[in-house]
Amino acid sequence: MSTPFLSVRDLTVDFHTEDGVVHAVDGLSFDVEKGTTLGIVGESGSGKSVTNLAVLGLHNPETAKISGEIRLDGEELIGAPRSTMERLRGNKVAMIFQDPLTSLSPYHTIGRQIGEVFRRHTGASRAASRDRAIEMLTRVGIPQPKVRVDDYPHQFSGGMRQRAMIAMALVCDPDLLIADEPTTALDVTVQAQILDLLRDLQEQTGTAIIMITHDLGVVSGTAHEVLVMYAGRAVERGTVREVLGEPRHPYTWGLLASMPRLSAPVDVPLLPVRGTPPSLINVPPGCPFHPRCDYTDLAGPELCRGERPELSPHRGHGDACYLTLAQKQEITR
Amino acid sequence: MLRFLTRRALGAVVTLVVISAVTFFLFFAVPADPARLACGKVCPPELLEQARHNLGLDQPLFAQFTAWLAGIFVGRDYGGLGHCPAPCLGYSFVNKAPVFETILDRLPVTVSLTVGAALVFLLFGVATGIIAALNQGRPLDKIASVSSLIGFSLQIYFVGTLALYFLVYQNQILTRPQYRPFTEDPLAWAAGLALPWVVLSIIFTANYTRMTRSTMVEQLGEDYVRTARAKGMKGRSVVMRFALRGTLTTVITIFGVDLGALIGGAIITETTFGLQGLGRLSINAVTDSDLPVLMATVLVAAGAIIVFNIIVDALYAFIDPRVRLS
Repeated sequence: MSTPFLSVRDLTVDFHTEDGVVHAVDGLSFDVEKGTTLGIVGESGSGKSVTNLAVLGLHNPETAKISGEIRLDGEELIGAPRSTMERLRGNKVAMIFQDPLTSLSPYHTIGRQIGEVFRRHTGASRAASRDRAIEMLTRVGIPQPKVRVDDYPHQFSGGMRQRAMIAMALVCDPDLLIADEPTTALDVTVQAQILDLLRDLQEQTGTAIIMITHDLGVVSGTAHEVLVMYAGRAVERGTVREVLGEPRHPYTWGLLASMPRLSAPVDVPLLPVRGTPPSLINVPPGCPFHPRCDYTDLAGPELCRGERPELSPHRGHGDACYLTLAQKQEITR
Repeated sequence: MLRFLTRRALGAVVTLVVISAVTFFLFFAVPADPARLACGKVCPPELLEQARHNLGLDQPLFAQFTAWLAGIFVGRDYGGLGHCPAPCLGYSFVNKAPVFETILDRLPVTVSLTVGAALVFLLFGVATGIIAALNQGRPLDKIASVSSLIGFSLQIYFVGTLALYFLVYQNQILTRPQYRPFTEDPLAWAAGLALPWVVLSIIFTANYTRMTRSTMVEQLGEDYVRTARAKGMKGRSVVMRFALRGTLTTVITIFGVDLGALIGGAIITETTFGLQGLGRLSINAVTDSDLPVLMATVLVAAGAIIVFNIIVDALYAFIDPRVRLS
C-alpha cells in the first residue's frame, strides 16, 4: 500500500494557559488521499480547527505544544523551519476560512489579495499575477471578473467573498485544500453553490480536501470519508456511507438525532446531545464522552471510566467505544 | 473628495465664528477694562472716555462683535490710537501692534516646535510600539511597557528643567533653547530646538508606544492577518502590509488631535524653555486681559484642531477603502 498524501499520526496539540494545559487535540491520526475529501465533524471545541491549523503550522509556537507526525507527500511538517512552512502555505496546502468578510483584508483589492499569493510562490510579475487573479475569479464564477478584480471585499456579497477566498486558496493549484466551515457564514442557497463549486474544482484538479464542519448535511454531500471528533480525539472513522448509514459511536448517534430531517414528521422533536462538551483542561478519564453517554451501563461503567478506548478496527470503519458490535447494531436497528 | 472638503470647510468657518463669539462675550463677563490698558498708567477720566470711544467699547456688545468680524475682511481704524490693516484680528494695546502681526511672528516658533517633536514622537513611538507588539510578553515588550509608563507619568517642566540643568548649563552638550528662523539658518534652527523636541517627545512617545502596541496586538489577531500567513506571506510582509495598515488608522486619529492641540500652543513647553510661541502669547494675553490677542490665540488653536481633524478624516479614506467620503 502506497503512503497516503497527507498522513497525521498521534497528533497532540496542547495550549499552556493560566488556567492549566488545554488538551485541544489528543492523539489524533488520519489520512487523506489525493482527489478525495475527508469530512471532519464535531462540536465547537472538539479540536477540528486546531488540528488543521497545526497542519498549516499556524499555531503560535510559544503557546502551542505540538507533537506527533504530520507528513505531507512524505515531508514531515512538525518542527519544519518557518521558511519551509511559508513556502508550503498557499502553495501546496491552502486554507479557506469560515468568515470570508473578516478573513479577507479590508485594505486591499480582491485582485491584489489573490495575485499576491501567485506572485509570492511563482515569482510572476505584477501584471501576470493580475491576469491570473482574473482567470481565478472567472473559474469560481464571479461575473465580470475584469471589473470585479479591482473591487474591495466590502463591495462583494457574502457568497462572492467566499468564492474569492476559494480563488485565493486555489491560485497555486494546491495539492491539499483545508476548508474550515466554508459555508457556515453563508445562507443556504449560497452554501449549496459553494459546495458544488468545491466539488467541481476537485474534479478538475484532483486536490485533496479536508472539510471541517459541524453540519452533517455538508459532509454527506461532499465528503468521501468522515472523521467524527470529540474532545480532541477521533471517536468514529469511515466512509460517508458507513458513518452516516451505520453509525457505531453513541456520539455520532447523538449528532445524527440532533439533525432535522425533511422526511420525518414535523412533530418529532429534535434531540440535542445532552450535557455540555467537556473542559479540555480536565478531560474525563476513560472515554471522554462517558458523562454524556446513555449506554455506559450497557457497556460497563468501569470500562467506560477506566481506559481510553481506541479506534477499532484499525482500518476501515472504526469507532472508539466499548459497546460490542452486536449491541450497537441492536441499538441502531 | 472635493465635495467633502467644501462641506467640511464651511463647517469649520461656522465653528470658528461660534467659538469667537463665545470667547468674545465670555471676556466681557470678566471685570477688566481694556480702555484703561490702552490709555496708559496715568489716565484722566476724559482720556479714558476717549480711549473707550476709539476702541469702540461704548458701542453695544453685539455691534462690537460685528465690528471685530468685519475688521478681519476690511481692516479697522482705532481713532488716533492706531491702524490695523486687513486681515485685522484686533489691535493689541499691550503689544502696541496689530494682533495679526504678532500671531504671524509667534506662529513659526510653535509650528517649528510642534513639527520637530511630532516627527520624533511619531516615528519613535510607532516603531517601539511595533517592536513591543511583535515581542509580546518577552523582555523587550516589558522594557517598552515600563519605560512608556514612566514617560507617560513624567511632566515637561520636570524633565525639561532637569535636561536644561544637566545638558545645557552643567555640561554644555546642547545649546540653550532658542528660536532661529529655519529660512535664516536651518542648522541653528534645529540646534536651538533640539532640547525642546526631545523633552516634548519623551512625554508623547510613551502614548504612541502604548497605543501602537495595543492596536497592533489586536490587529495581529485579526482573521485577515491569519489568512495572510495561511497564504504563505513572509512574516515581515504580514506585519508591514496587513497588521500595520489597521494600526495606522488609530495612530493617525490621535496624531491629528495631538498636532492640533500642540499648534494651539505648547504652553508649558514654551514657558519651560523660554520660547516665544503662541502658548506664551496666550498665557500673557490672559494675565494682561488683552482681549484681541486672547481671541486670536483661541481662534488659531481652534482652527488648528479643526484643520487637522479634516486632514485626518481625509486620510482615513486613503487608508481604509471602506470609508466613503460623502
